[in-house]
Amino acid sequence: MKKLLTIVLVLALCLACFAGCGGKKDDATADDGTVTIKIGGIGPLTGGAATYGFATEYGAQIAVDEINALNSGIKIEYDFQDDTGVAETSVAAYNELKDWDVDVIYGCTTTAPCVAVASETFADRYFQLTPSASSPDVTAGKNNVFQMCFTDPNQGATAANFVKDNSLATKVGVIYNNGDAYSTGIAQGFIAKAGELGIEVVAEQTFPADTTTDFNVQLTACKDAGAELVFMPIYYGPASLILQQADQMGYDPIFFGGDGMDGILSIEGFDTSLAEGLMLLTPFNATSTEERTANFVNTYKERYGEVPNQFAADGYDCIYAIYEACLKIEGLADMDHAQLCEALIAVFTSGDFKVDGLTGTGMTWQVNGEVSKEAMVVEIVDGVYVQK
Amino acid sequence: MTFLGHLVTGLSLGAIYAIIALGYTMVYGIAKMLNFAHGDVIMVGAFVCFTVVSSLELPPVLGIILAVILCTVLGIIIERLAYKPLRQAPSLAVLITAIGVSYLLQNGAQLIWGASPKSFPSMFNFGGENGISLFDGQLNISYVAIITVSVCIIIMIALTLFTEKTRMGKAMRACSEDKAAAQLMGVNVNQTISVTFAIGSALAAVAGVLMCSAYPALSPTTGSLPGIKAFTAAVFGGIGSIPGALLGGILLGLIETFTKAYITTDLSDAIVFAVLIVVLLVKPSGLLGKYVPEKV
Repeated sequence: MKKLLTIVLVLALCLACFAGCGGKKDDATADDGTVTIKIGGIGPLTGGAATYGFATEYGAQIAVDEINALNSGIKIEYDFQDDTGVAETSVAAYNELKDWDVDVIYGCTTTAPCVAVASETFADRYFQLTPSASSPDVTAGKNNVFQMCFTDPNQGATAANFVKDNSLATKVGVIYNNGDAYSTGIAQGFIAKAGELGIEVVAEQTFPADTTTDFNVQLTACKDAGAELVFMPIYYGPASLILQQADQMGYDPIFFGGDGMDGILSIEGFDTSLAEGLMLLTPFNATSTEERTANFVNTYKERYGEVPNQFAADGYDCIYAIYEACLKIEGLADMDHAQLCEALIAVFTSGDFKVDGLTGTGMTWQVNGEVSKEAMVVEIVDGVYVQK
Repeated sequence: MTFLGHLVTGLSLGAIYAIIALGYTMVYGIAKMLNFAHGDVIMVGAFVCFTVVSSLELPPVLGIILAVILCTVLGIIIERLAYKPLRQAPSLAVLITAIGVSYLLQNGAQLIWGASPKSFPSMFNFGGENGISLFDGQLNISYVAIITVSVCIIIMIALTLFTEKTRMGKAMRACSEDKAAAQLMGVNVNQTISVTFAIGSALAAVAGVLMCSAYPALSPTTGSLPGIKAFTAAVFGGIGSIPGALLGGILLGLIETFTKAYITTDLSDAIVFAVLIVVLLVKPSGLLGKYVPEKV
């Protein structure tokens, strides 16, 4: 009896396997010729980085809803899995999406999980577009992985160029999180470029985690070394503490941040006067009056009760980039995920594929997966971003 | 002058560790269990205070009182539901449960208050100033730091007196020495341990409010790292010893700050823990801990 049961179960399992192997688009093409693309997102929805995961999930959700309302012949089905910001969990989340019969991977939000998932998608041939994992390691050696955000070293170099071109300072201090690949990547890019440009880095200070609370020592070191500008390529949470502690000790250099600083003005309860004069590199300006951005910000606020940051905007742009690339592909209905992957790679690297989004106009991608878009430096004046 | 500045920073940071460590050591000393959820109770306390002061715009005093009350209740509930059924279980099971409770609180807080960081209101401003400025503004001592150090010392003295002088304190010490014997002598062990948790959680609320006043960033994971550091401080000073928690906390804060200032910021945590290892090698029960040999 037991044996029989085993045989039946094994047969059932085999059948299930075969069912999974069948042509995927058979069930995805509706009678009216509409093709359904399944986009699976991965990012942290719990843990310390949850706030960024939610931003990428929500931003993309808005784009998905807009596209589905267009009735353009392509429908998007969207699922978002929690990876808690951990590489191992992220691969589990990816496997979950594969079981769901995903076509394109959107994510991961943070770098370390993205590197882990990227090597899987490279082997399995899924197209992957990350909104915010900005390390060059994410795309290195993997032709199927593309980024919507700037790479870290580029961002650091751009910041150094900006400091030099505008003669903001000759002596700078750098404070970064050496437990975080993003922060370290930008800081090293900045320091290397600053050296070339003759900007003197008088203090290089680190802290181990974004939950660090005390920055008095780091600030004192910058102050004593006479830094006129403090570059801090870190997230806005710890940055708010640095601004507050600098204010308390009466130190008032120019503070300069990367795109992770975006969001500092919308921290609940934060005294925005502390951020006055803060400069940051960001591809996205939530206070912009440009119609598409304004609509996005309004929808986001209505639905989720927060001002979207650049993570959300990058997420929104990712979905549109995938959608617009799919529009260019012929025979979409008959493709499985691997064929779709090659077709999308061809479109993304074709050179004449340009995407207009919230974080840039005419964005193109290089063969190595990096995005080419304009970096924008903004300064906070009277509590709003003013473009420099 | 820079040295004095670092000294003040180290003392303020150390006082925060100390006040959290007091809660750890209290619970460990009496219930003989590591309450890893302590750091997260701190976070809940801070969130309650934040909600009352920032969102409901009520006076800070009310915020602190409500935080203490809610955390006490929370502590009792956690003890009842998660730890009491495991009273006879091996200590490892209780430890794992405590870690589970910690995650439960973190994710629960995320559901209620959201994942994005909040900025804690500054509650200790007197006359528009948030600190004392000495030597023409070269040295700033914030009121929060002064209050934290004072509160820390008051709590330490109060706890010591409580455990030494009162009936409940005597019962606690009895439970700490030998639960079974205490029970035979007519001490209600369960109730005593519940009271310990209530006190520990009330302390956590105070620690949360002070910590977030000093470092006003608040998110569901705020309590985890300070919780671990404070646990280290408690072990450093001799876990179970109330004055030891204060000493351990202050020393940890000072070592951390001076390491960052004079050695390197890259390795500050590594050096702090290296010092801890050396101390434990020389004095296995911590600085002020009593070495109690296991009787067979």
